[in-house]
Amino acid sequence: MELKTYTISVYSENNIGLLNRISAIFLKRHINLESFSTSESEIPNVFRFVIVVNIAPEKVHKVVQQIEKQIDVIKAYYHTDEETIFQENALYKVKSSSLFEERQIQNIIKESHATIVTVSPEFFVIEKTGFREETEQLRKDLAPYGLLQFVRSGRISVTKAKMGISEILNTFKK
Amino acid sequence: METKAKQKSPKGTAAPLHISGAEAVIRCLLAEDANLIYGYPGGAIMPIYDEIYKFQDQLHHVLTRHEQGATHAAQGYARTSGKVGVAMATSGPGATNLVTGIADAQIDSTPMVCITGQVASHLLGSDAFQETDIIGISTPVTKWNYQITKASEIPEIMAKAFYIARSGRPGPVLIDITKDAQFELFDFTYEKCTGIRSYQPYPKLVNESLEQAVQLIGEAKKPFIVWGQGVILGQAEQEFKAFLEKSGIPAAWTILGLSALPTAHPSNRGMVGMHGNYAPNLLTNECDLLIAIGMRFDDRVTGDLRTYAKQAKIIHLELDPAEVNKNVKADVTLLSDCKISLRALTDKIETKTYPEWIKRFDDLDAIENEKVIDGDLHPTKPGLTMGESVEMINKHSNGDAVIVTDVGQHQMVACRYAKFTQSKSNVTSGGLGTMGFALPAAIGAKMGAPSREVVAVIGDGGYQMTIQELGTIFQQQVAVKIVILNNDFLGMVRQWQQLFFDKRYASTEMTNPDFVAIAKGYYIEADRVDNREDLDQAVAKMMASDKPYFLEICVEKEDNVFPMIPTGASVSDIRLE
Repeated sequence: MELKTYTISVYSENNIGLLNRISAIFLKRHINLESFSTSESEIPNVFRFVIVVNIAPEKVHKVVQQIEKQIDVIKAYYHTDEETIFQENALYKVKSSSLFEERQIQNIIKESHATIVTVSPEFFVIEKTGFREETEQLRKDLAPYGLLQFVRSGRISVTKAKMGISEILNTFKK
Repeated sequence: METKAKQKSPKGTAAPLHISGAEAVIRCLLAEDANLIYGYPGGAIMPIYDEIYKFQDQLHHVLTRHEQGATHAAQGYARTSGKVGVAMATSGPGATNLVTGIADAQIDSTPMVCITGQVASHLLGSDAFQETDIIGISTPVTKWNYQITKASEIPEIMAKAFYIARSGRPGPVLIDITKDAQFELFDFTYEKCTGIRSYQPYPKLVNESLEQAVQLIGEAKKPFIVWGQGVILGQAEQEFKAFLEKSGIPAAWTILGLSALPTAHPSNRGMVGMHGNYAPNLLTNECDLLIAIGMRFDDRVTGDLRTYAKQAKIIHLELDPAEVNKNVKADVTLLSDCKISLRALTDKIETKTYPEWIKRFDDLDAIENEKVIDGDLHPTKPGLTMGESVEMINKHSNGDAVIVTDVGQHQMVACRYAKFTQSKSNVTSGGLGTMGFALPAAIGAKMGAPSREVVAVIGDGGYQMTIQELGTIFQQQVAVKIVILNNDFLGMVRQWQQLFFDKRYASTEMTNPDFVAIAKGYYIEADRVDNREDLDQAVAKMMASDKPYFLEICVEKEDNVFPMIPTGASVSDIRLE
């Protein structure tokens, strides 16, 4: 079965246990999550989950219907990469000595459009926002100079199409 | 918690009462017309039980002998009364014992509210005595669940619990209440929930789909209906009957749809699925239009999906959007309460008959009658059959009884042969297949329909999974009739071993106790019958009793249930022997 990458966006109430409820839907179907991130959305007290999965196209709709069926979920959508604007964020911790001893490292930072977040006598931290390939490339480039720590966030994304959550909530008020 | 639910104040709301969380729980139950509770006390729920004691003139608590029994009893009550069943248990093992019944209610869409006690909030997460994460455990098997840690949350959460359990596609809700919240005093007022902003239980019927459905029905030469429990849950029995009579379309039921239409109705063509009738299964793959009403194309109904009704157009009347195109892709979906969509369809279709198509059903019925049904109901060989036992119950109940069944051979036989004249008369564990369901469910079924005869038909295996509920039946004097069809085997598994595992009967033979003595030990009148001559008299005596009554019918040990569609086979591959 051909798998495809989908970004699932879930608008929900901020209730304890909802995360468990959503993850249980994937668990039950033996689907692994590529990434997961959550934050408050553009609407106060409404939360947004951004979940990335590799899944068969005929399955994604069913899974999203099961998510939307949950009482505390206001609306759930799924989109292909072409239908969204998405980014990931990565942090790289490197020994400070290499910054001064290896001229090349400064070029790498410059060319990758990464920013230096902090510098201390022992280490410095670089931040890079971009697509997976870009943060991955920077990791590869920095690896020879002693990468002390590396961490990448889950995907965050907004859709090109309108979501219409406020309309749903306004309909309820009437 | 913020208010995201619409609530309605009852007229003339009085000034708030300053009461405990525990008393508030009871007042919420009374406000929701839930004055019957099945449960089992324990440490973390004692404050609520103390209020049950104080309110005993207004509500009735039934002490089951195991928490699982409480959930099944609440399910049985919900299924015959149409109301929300309530089960209660303490924290830890009390709560985990509810899980099987909750899972059963979830998959069979039964409205139920479970209330569990929880350790005090300052102990949460400390592995305290009888602490368990029942919210985490019950999440995949509840429609909704919530943990209350402050008394002030109780009214709104209880209102939401009942609203969610009974609205839309019904299901179980679990509310976990910490002990300190039960003790805490607060100002109580109650408002019923009338809506939740993130939950739309009743999608609006789309007119365009309706027109498309009418057109497909108009064009069909060999239309066929399969209906499920949605007809009963939607209280759409009359609308369904009117649709059948005007459309002239033959119809068959899933196991949970049984009794929505009287057995004798001319449009009723029997059961679909693994042990369903020959004609409706075979003709599923011959019809040119399949109208699915309030059913979800369970695998026990469809067999191999790749060969299921591929030649037919499909119209699906369904309330739950997540069921649409889940297993079978529909050409037209009427996403709505079927009470509304059936009425709309009936208005727009023409009156029709399909004599040639109906004759196909009659012809296949004749084959099934000769090869299976005659031998089941009118056996000539010695040894009682399950079929004739059920037929004898029909004779003495006139089809007016509620039949409660467990899981296995007896269940398939009872559902195939029991006759029904009214809805909400078939109580069984369909989706989950929970052995041990029937005895406690019968308690609730009788309390939910006290004026009706309730007969529990149970196998010797499942009976022993919850046999302790005889104690509840005795203590409460619940006048249920308990019929054990005893073949000293886990009969369905044995049948599969015979057919698919070369008769290797691994752990299916049972050495059984003296069931009559056990029933008598609980002071329940009991009898045993093991031959044809005495069956009529034994069943007559049972049905004439107005008290709890136990009857063991010793049936043939190695009879099989046919027809049968082997797992994963096509409905066309239905076997008659």
